Amino acid sequence: MSSALIFTTILIIVIFTITLVIAMYSTYGERKVAAFLQDRIGPNRAGPFGILQPMADGVKMFMKEEIIPDMSNKWLFILGPCIAMTTALMTSAVIPWGNSLSIGGESYSLQVTDVNIGILYIFGVVSIGVYGIMIGGWASNNKYSLMGALRASSQMISYEVAMGLAIIALVMMTGTLSVKEIAAQQSGGNWNVIYQPLGFIIFLVCAFAECNRTPFDLPECETELVGGYHTEYSSMKLGFYLFAEYINMFISSAVISTLYFGGYNMPFIARFISDPNLLTLLGTAFLFAKILFFIFFFMWIRWTIPRFRYDQLMNLGWKGLIPLSIANIFITALIMWLTGKVS
Amino acid sequence: MQSLTNRSKVVVKKEMTFSERIYLPAILGGLRITLKHLFKKKATIQYPEVKREMAGIYRGQHVLKRDENGAERCTACGLCAVACPAEAITMTAAERSKGDEKLYREEKYAKVYEINMLRCIFCGLCEEACPKEAIFLTDRIVPTDFKRGEFIYGKDKLVEGVNNRVDVSIRQTTSVAEFKQVPNLQHNRLSN
Repeated sequence: MSSALIFTTILIIVIFTITLVIAMYSTYGERKVAAFLQDRIGPNRAGPFGILQPMADGVKMFMKEEIIPDMSNKWLFILGPCIAMTTALMTSAVIPWGNSLSIGGESYSLQVTDVNIGILYIFGVVSIGVYGIMIGGWASNNKYSLMGALRASSQMISYEVAMGLAIIALVMMTGTLSVKEIAAQQSGGNWNVIYQPLGFIIFLVCAFAECNRTPFDLPECETELVGGYHTEYSSMKLGFYLFAEYINMFISSAVISTLYFGGYNMPFIARFISDPNLLTLLGTAFLFAKILFFIFFFMWIRWTIPRFRYDQLMNLGWKGLIPLSIANIFITALIMWLTGKVS
Repeated sequence: MQSLTNRSKVVVKKEMTFSERIYLPAILGGLRITLKHLFKKKATIQYPEVKREMAGIYRGQHVLKRDENGAERCTACGLCAVACPAEAITMTAAERSKGDEKLYREEKYAKVYEINMLRCIFCGLCEEACPKEAIFLTDRIVPTDFKRGEFIYGKDKLVEGVNNRVDVSIRQTTSVAEFKQVPNLQHNRLSN
């Protein structure tokens, strides 16, 4: 029992570290991708290929003056980035990062906790994430922040509906809410995206909206709202907000890979490798390759398409994606009934 | 009217088709374009290490030339100031005193000669107007500064050093060189 506890603790620390490092290097990656898509080179002065740029940015963030506005609600002002960061980090608990490792005859699952309502947990945590933005914007006592926060919260709440409905179709198909179960069912290239293409597109679009990424980055559009909900933030509190966004991006990529792209399952490889531990680690590497691709995709989209107007955003959410996801549920149900999966 | 490029499109206000309305094909098209740029040659020039090649006739910061004996060529005739469309050049003339023959070539010289680099449009008309071949535009870039006043360059910055001559031959194209061979311009020749 205690060895399992030790393993879980180590796993938590490792995941925590990997998440932070990936989020850190996402900022570097974002700048590099942006530069390359615009025929530039990007940061290349700090270390070879600018590899130390995130450290330099981090040091810069820490050295900046910490400003808490006079008229702000101080406790809420500090609470905002804390919630944003905490919720961003919490989601990774239910994502299966790999199959199980067997050390000394005992097998340990590469998942911090296998909650049987894992998907609901993810949704719950993501919903709390809205509070981080909302509280931060409200406590700033600044109209731009408030506008940004209002936009963010209404956008996130709107798109959560469509996201949830897209997931319902998936849950109907898989018959489970456990993320590990869903990942395990997709072994052998049996990816959910093949059966749920529409659901995947809806989920992807909603994931963009949930992460406040372009084309749905209205909460923080510089041209209209100065900086959005983090206008008044400085120093590491601003860093936390920006960092939380990158962590969210990483987690979203992980969720998309797990739910729709087979998670840690590698098709065809199991025939060639017999060592289960090696297979598990390869699967984890494969999952991370998928995650990195989706992070790149997030950035690729960001530097390709312009931002939506606010009414277009709401139109797309309520009049486009929600009816579409409901239709997706009905189509899924119909096909399941016709193929005799349900009676 | 005939179009210049034959690439103009007539704008028609029509209902969008289904594929246009769902926006996804357009996004995919955009992604294809940006992906192509990912592998394109980068336009960046790593500035301090690599400098961009300038055109041979680039017009940069001015220089007030000295003659081969090290005496200033400028006689403060004011033609450059008159020619200057931006009115960037001001000068004060003075008479050469005894013993200064080594410093100034002719009896009159510019005591103060100032060019406001913020006003200057680097058109090169001063260079063209100068009858003494004293002012030239060079391939040097005017450096930045924090104060406006610092951009008014006096003689300390404009006159070339006696042992530190500025090469102005880069800008002298063949046609310019030929023009300078015209006999009745002999007094303007560099080898006076």
